[in-house]
Amino acid sequence: MNEPTNFDPVLFRGMTQRRLSRRDALRISGLSAAALALAACGVKGQGNTGPTAPAEDQIAKYWAGKTKNGKVDFANWPLYMDPKHPELKKFTQETGIKVTYQEVIEEMGPWFAKTQPQLSAGQSIGFDLMVITNGIQFKKYVQSNLLAPLDPSKLTNFKANGGATYKTSSYDPGNAYSTPWASGVTGIAYDPGKVKTPITKLADLWKPEFKGKVGMMSDTSELGNFGMMVNGVDPAKSTPDDWQKAASKLKEQKDAGIVRKYYDQSYIDALGAGEVWIAQAWSGDIFQKNVSEGTNLQFVIPEEGGTIWTDNMAIPITAVNPVDAITLMDFFFQVDIAATLAEYINYITPVPEAQKVIKEHAAAASGEDKDFLNSVADSPLVFPTAADYSKLHYYRDFATAAEEQQYQSIFEPIVLG
Amino acid sequence: MSRRLAPYLLILPGGLWLLLFFVVPMVAMLSLSLQQGDVVSGYQLTWHWQTYVDGISNYQTQIVRSLMYGLVTTVIQIVLAFPVAYWIAFRGGRSKSVYLFLILLPFFVSFVLRTISWKFILTDESFLLAPLKDIGVLPADFHILGTAVAVIGGLTYNFLPFMILPIYVALERIDPRVVEAARDLYASPTQTFRKVIFPLALPGVFAGVLMTFVPASSDYINSEILGSSSTTMIGQVIQAQYLRSQNYPTASALSFALMAILLIGIFTYARALGTEDVLKVAAR
Repeated sequence: MNEPTNFDPVLFRGMTQRRLSRRDALRISGLSAAALALAACGVKGQGNTGPTAPAEDQIAKYWAGKTKNGKVDFANWPLYMDPKHPELKKFTQETGIKVTYQEVIEEMGPWFAKTQPQLSAGQSIGFDLMVITNGIQFKKYVQSNLLAPLDPSKLTNFKANGGATYKTSSYDPGNAYSTPWASGVTGIAYDPGKVKTPITKLADLWKPEFKGKVGMMSDTSELGNFGMMVNGVDPAKSTPDDWQKAASKLKEQKDAGIVRKYYDQSYIDALGAGEVWIAQAWSGDIFQKNVSEGTNLQFVIPEEGGTIWTDNMAIPITAVNPVDAITLMDFFFQVDIAATLAEYINYITPVPEAQKVIKEHAAAASGEDKDFLNSVADSPLVFPTAADYSKLHYYRDFATAAEEQQYQSIFEPIVLG
Repeated sequence: MSRRLAPYLLILPGGLWLLLFFVVPMVAMLSLSLQQGDVVSGYQLTWHWQTYVDGISNYQTQIVRSLMYGLVTTVIQIVLAFPVAYWIAFRGGRSKSVYLFLILLPFFVSFVLRTISWKFILTDESFLLAPLKDIGVLPADFHILGTAVAVIGGLTYNFLPFMILPIYVALERIDPRVVEAARDLYASPTQTFRKVIFPLALPGVFAGVLMTFVPASSDYINSEILGSSSTTMIGQVIQAQYLRSQNYPTASALSFALMAILLIGIFTYARALGTEDVLKVAAR
């Protein structure tokens, strides 16, 4: 006989439930949208890979219709101007343009990474004038068309007073995009209070007696140069093989525990605080630290060689006040302004006549000031001779992006530990 | 009609927000991690999975180190936070909100600033270390800045409130009658704690772990300021790849690899805790 069927609710639900539930529908549509978006993604390139000098009409097109606005935002590195800004005050007196000066650049890599996305999107970065080093990032700025082409007619002081070497530089021939701010030397700085033997060579940075007290730079261009020079290689002619050898030498230094940390410009604070006794350093920083804080740090250009670089003023292409910016740029090539700047920052000035002016200031001064100004005028670190230049090398320049990535992949692991 | 659409309409605002600010960036980064190229000549999607392999094999020490630091930080925080949360929940009385406010007070100051202030305290010749060195308790060349201890200390300090608060919330929810019942059944205070209070607080511990392990493992500020090149964490590597070398594919690949590892870790922990659904616990 028939029994009343045991009604299984699970079976009932399975047979009557919708095959495709709401949750499944949402899930599938979400995943497919994501997959489509994935396939459609791609970041467009910014420009060509060859060096570009702007055409005549490009310059005219850029500067057409741009007027003086009465203010300019200046981005610079620390220790590149007297904190009281006497030159900027004089500029405002002469031209009526107000300057907002900010020391926001500490390393080229991060600065480029921060500004490139906005500049490529055509947005202002909040600055009209910035100081960038000749190197990998400078080249990328030029290749990606992120710098404003300079109008030579507005750079009369530079034409009259700028040094000849700066008008025919390899990284910016004809000053299409930049004018020099200062050149500097990367060498070794040490605290003679803690380091009893005199330091003369790059090899001294590898001495085991300085274990844990050595500071190196985190910029791979700087670090790589030191690694190559200590092996006796000229960075400009180096091959990937040389880079590997330099990297292993640097790794030796790191594995032996000799390096305390890889610094950006903050090495100068570490030296002052005694955290490191000897460091890879930029020439002018040391003198400024000694003057401002009374320390007794010493700077040497190592026997194997040092690195020379030039920091340049450039106008980002989305600058809001380019006319004011180029006026400020040209202002720093007045001989007396260049002289007072060099007196404070103690870096190589691009205006050779400034040496005479500094000597005049020294003659007019007395006592400590006189000695100091004389030492600046005679310093090979502010006015190097040809013999000094022969020991100094530029950063390694790269022909292709692939070469640069290879270089970075060799030296980065050292900094990143 | 509108009844059928109602659920979709309800999730529309939240869903759109999540879509725009979470899903889209995630998908874009995932796509970027599979691309090749450079900043000047552009990136192309080439489904280059090798980036993941290279990234993980090059930086495995940093990944392992970051997970270790995160784990040690979390454990230390549980040890430190539990007594504090317990005291506030059970003995706080009327000033509970005051104590909670005091715990949250440092958060009014920027994270980076607090870490830099730690740097001042731990530097070689600081007001703390210099006297100890002078009286001979510490050797003259003792330095704590730049070691793993300093980094873990910084991480513990910075994320401690994130551990205290969830545990406090969980303890607060415990019905005092359950504790009373345990006492009625002849449980000593230790036994009460071990068998009643601690298991009931575990969801809070889990939430705290979620909120501290993940940020601590991927943190880069503490190691940058308090550490040295021997304490580099994966967060710093990702930042350096992004900022210093503009190697966006590797940076994105490392980010996703880290995310995957942390997700696996969290789900394993949730299983071990016995919760069937991670979301259920987090929602409790």
